[in-house]
Amino acid sequence: MRKALGILARIAAVLLISFAVVTRSTAADPLTINGAGATFPYPLYSKWFYEYSNANPGVRFNYQSIGSGGGIKQITAGTVSFGATDAPMTDEEMKKTSGPVLHIPTALGAVVPVYNLAVVASGLKLTPDVLAGVYLGRITRWNDPKIAELNKTVTLPNADIVVAHRSDGSGTTDIFTNYLTTVSTEWRAKVGRGKAVNWPVGIGGKGNEGVAGVVKQTPGAIGYVELAYARQNRMKVAALRNRDGNFVMPTIEGTSAAAAGVAKSMPGDFRVSLVDAPGRESWPISGLTWILVYKDQKDEARGKAMVRFLKWAVTDGQKMEAALDYAPLPKAVVEKVDKALKQISFKGTSLY
Amino acid sequence: MAPRSGRNPGDLAFEKASAFFASVVLFLAVLLFAVLLRESLPALRKFGASFLVTGTWDPVLERFGALPFLYGTVVSSFLALLIAVPLSVGAAIFINEFAPPWLKAPVSLLAELLAAIPSVIYGLWGIFVLVPILRDGVMKPLAKYLGWIPLFKGPVYGPSMLAAGVLLSIMIIPFILSVSREVLATVPQRQKEAVLSLGGTRWEMIRIVIGQHCLPGIFGATILGLGRALGETMAVTMVIGNRPDIFASLFQQGYSMAAVIANEFAEAGGLQLSSLILIGLLLMLVTFVVNLAAKGILSKMVARASRGI
Repeated sequence: MRKALGILARIAAVLLISFAVVTRSTAADPLTINGAGATFPYPLYSKWFYEYSNANPGVRFNYQSIGSGGGIKQITAGTVSFGATDAPMTDEEMKKTSGPVLHIPTALGAVVPVYNLAVVASGLKLTPDVLAGVYLGRITRWNDPKIAELNKTVTLPNADIVVAHRSDGSGTTDIFTNYLTTVSTEWRAKVGRGKAVNWPVGIGGKGNEGVAGVVKQTPGAIGYVELAYARQNRMKVAALRNRDGNFVMPTIEGTSAAAAGVAKSMPGDFRVSLVDAPGRESWPISGLTWILVYKDQKDEARGKAMVRFLKWAVTDGQKMEAALDYAPLPKAVVEKVDKALKQISFKGTSLY
Repeated sequence: MAPRSGRNPGDLAFEKASAFFASVVLFLAVLLFAVLLRESLPALRKFGASFLVTGTWDPVLERFGALPFLYGTVVSSFLALLIAVPLSVGAAIFINEFAPPWLKAPVSLLAELLAAIPSVIYGLWGIFVLVPILRDGVMKPLAKYLGWIPLFKGPVYGPSMLAAGVLLSIMIIPFILSVSREVLATVPQRQKEAVLSLGGTRWEMIRIVIGQHCLPGIFGATILGLGRALGETMAVTMVIGNRPDIFASLFQQGYSMAAVIANEFAEAGGLQLSSLILIGLLLMLVTFVVNLAAKGILSKMVARASRGI
């Protein structure tokens, strides 16, 4: 019995000491800002947080890439200082927050159709109708006249089209189905838009790597992945006819062009879709990714640090985007974001 | 044992402590069930029993049914058993009865190593190695010559119910194999010798010994494998095709209960989330029922086996 008491006392002592160590070390720590949300911008944000903390040792970031839905849930619950999402919050979701939430765009992403056809090089031409037809299961062969008439110089194989899509809920699927919903009335009526939908045909792969795995392993497959993923894995990508009638290849410039195309009509809350954007060079399946912050900050120091970081992110931070295969925000959008950052305040005074 | 007065206080403390630990297990099981039930209530209220027989899974229109997932889980798991049980039992008999001593150790070691491989590795191997082999070597020829049988109907894409079943079977072989070997090893040497001394061949010896002695144990091993197959998530989702539909053909895609939870949970909200949790509850009930049924059958088999000897 005495032995047991001795052990207990020792455990208590160890706990006390470690507690003391922890409290002392947190006192010396820099300001930590917690965030959570989308996985798509995670590589970019990691780079930003690293570079920014190096230049500003007083601030540190802790970001959990738990998915867009998770980011919205966490900011709504107020457990994080900022959320991140690839799909804007719906009006219903905005109602549940404890105060107005701002959507601050940070980067642009593109979703691109990729395919596996041994005899066809990158750049197979597709129209919105054809892409929707393939995903609706209406066009099932690669040598369908609708595809052949767009690609007269190419000999298309007489093979089944194997459709691949994401099986996990994702912002990438949201952008892709948003595009199909915009360009095809049949898609809108039958399937609709969402992070996960009831696919009429196809094989589901988990994550970009899952879809890419199906496409790479299955001759005759078509799928959709993020632009960065397609580039890094050198996948064959399709050229799409955009709203202005040009066939464009998916590029970083084309993605930025899509944002520039809608910049003028961009609403003040930035909750805007970039799919099927006007502009000669615009890549039609583009989307914004946002950081979510409360307009009225509860902690002055944190709020101020957050505003300073966001200001840096949309200016200096933009230069790091292309190297990581993200498309930078066009100038017109950056100017609008700057105005929005001035709205972030503590007890009524702007933190800008 | 009832507590008596004048007992050693240490004994008493130990008894109370172990009772506490036992109750923690019970409490956790009840808590698990209660939380699953509570979180799935919205879906239960909305869909009721129709959840079990509805084949639609539409997150956009918020219409959910579990039938394709139930079907996928059950079919892929039984397919796995169909392949794994004869293979493992055969291998166990070979290793125990026929293999030369120098072969026994490496074969059984390798088989046990199979159990240590993480399932995501199985999944990757499935995508890059197994699926292409099955597609070109098994499914395409079968679809071409036996395509008139609904089970083997094309088109052949690769990821499919068959791929999931075969991959699962490879994953559960080590479990069934090692338990079967243990069971075979419990047969008294004398009984085997008795059969041989009466002029029986080795085949007869094995048949009689297994028939008399080992069936309940092998059945138990099978249930162990089934339990693992029912709950397997990562490897299945990587090769099954993730399509919430029901096809007669094994070459078509399917979906499993564990896979849809893993896929959609992170980004789900509202009724979709509740429906996913309801699927989790169903999965728990399915494994529960399977285990209970297995226990019942097992006790009957044991009774019969012991009568026979």
